[in-house]
Amino acid sequence: MTFELVLFYLFGAILLGGALAMISVRNPVHAALFLVLCFVAAAALWLLAEAEFLGIVLVLVYVGAVMVLFLFVVMMLDINLATLREGFTEYLPVGIVVALAMATVLVLVITRYITMDVPERAGPEYANTEALGAILYTEYVYPFEIAAVILLVAIIAAISLTMRKRPDNKSIDPGKQMAVSREGRVRMVSMPSEKKKAPRRGEGSGTRSPDGDDESK
Amino acid sequence: MITLEHYLVLAALLFSISVAGIFLNRKNVIVLLMCIELMMLAVNINFIAFSFFLQDLAGQVFVFFILTVAAAEAAIGLAILVLLFRNRGTINVQDMDAMKG
Repeated sequence: MTFELVLFYLFGAILLGGALAMISVRNPVHAALFLVLCFVAAAALWLLAEAEFLGIVLVLVYVGAVMVLFLFVVMMLDINLATLREGFTEYLPVGIVVALAMATVLVLVITRYITMDVPERAGPEYANTEALGAILYTEYVYPFEIAAVILLVAIIAAISLTMRKRPDNKSIDPGKQMAVSREGRVRMVSMPSEKKKAPRRGEGSGTRSPDGDDESK
Repeated sequence: MITLEHYLVLAALLFSISVAGIFLNRKNVIVLLMCIELMMLAVNINFIAFSFFLQDLAGQVFVFFILTVAAAEAAIGLAILVLLFRNRGTINVQDMDAMKG
């Protein structure tokens, strides 16, 4: 048993143990922390398969961002744990049966039909990040840009979904501004026209009494 | 020496565990989302393993894009979850029957 295999079994055991703990713990915060453990163990396994860049991305992006988001949401929501755990023992047998059946079929197929030669380990001069970047920015440049647009859509969607209106907010609704019509703002008043009067003696020019119209008739 | 079967069996076991998790935590949407993340991790392990054993970097590029889309999915899913909790006061799956499905 080589040192690599020892590392593989160690991190594989951590991964499976973390997954089992995640699906069975009572508290969602603990479940999220066990999921973090799973991601870290998986990152170590990816390093063993010479995917160094993705292993580090998994830790930085998943453990650093996505799981923090999960923890943030779990802690922000005031959820009742008791009602959410109802039916756990009820569904336990069917869950175990389905998982065992699925694992049996998959493992039988994998061990019987799929086999591949183990390639040579790359030397110390091989840079995984460099090789990945060389094809990511040439052959896969359009999918790469689409991924950027997907991230932008996710940002806008997440913000617009969770933004809430505050009653003391004095911001202007652009839709209401655009919907303004002339009828809403201007009122036409029908009134008799005014005739220009000659300035009389004793009255100042420009001043006019409110009922000046009646005098001129 | 680590063979391809090692990685594939590990990913298959991880996938089965997360399927069991979906059965067990049928009420809690947050844990359901976490189980889906775990399934995606199992699939990514397969991609990485085949990428190494075929000596082809395309598998790693796929994992890169899957991680991107999964991050976007998690952000939007959690935003919907927060909205749901704000409007209905619960995240129990059984209570989400407004469409009578």
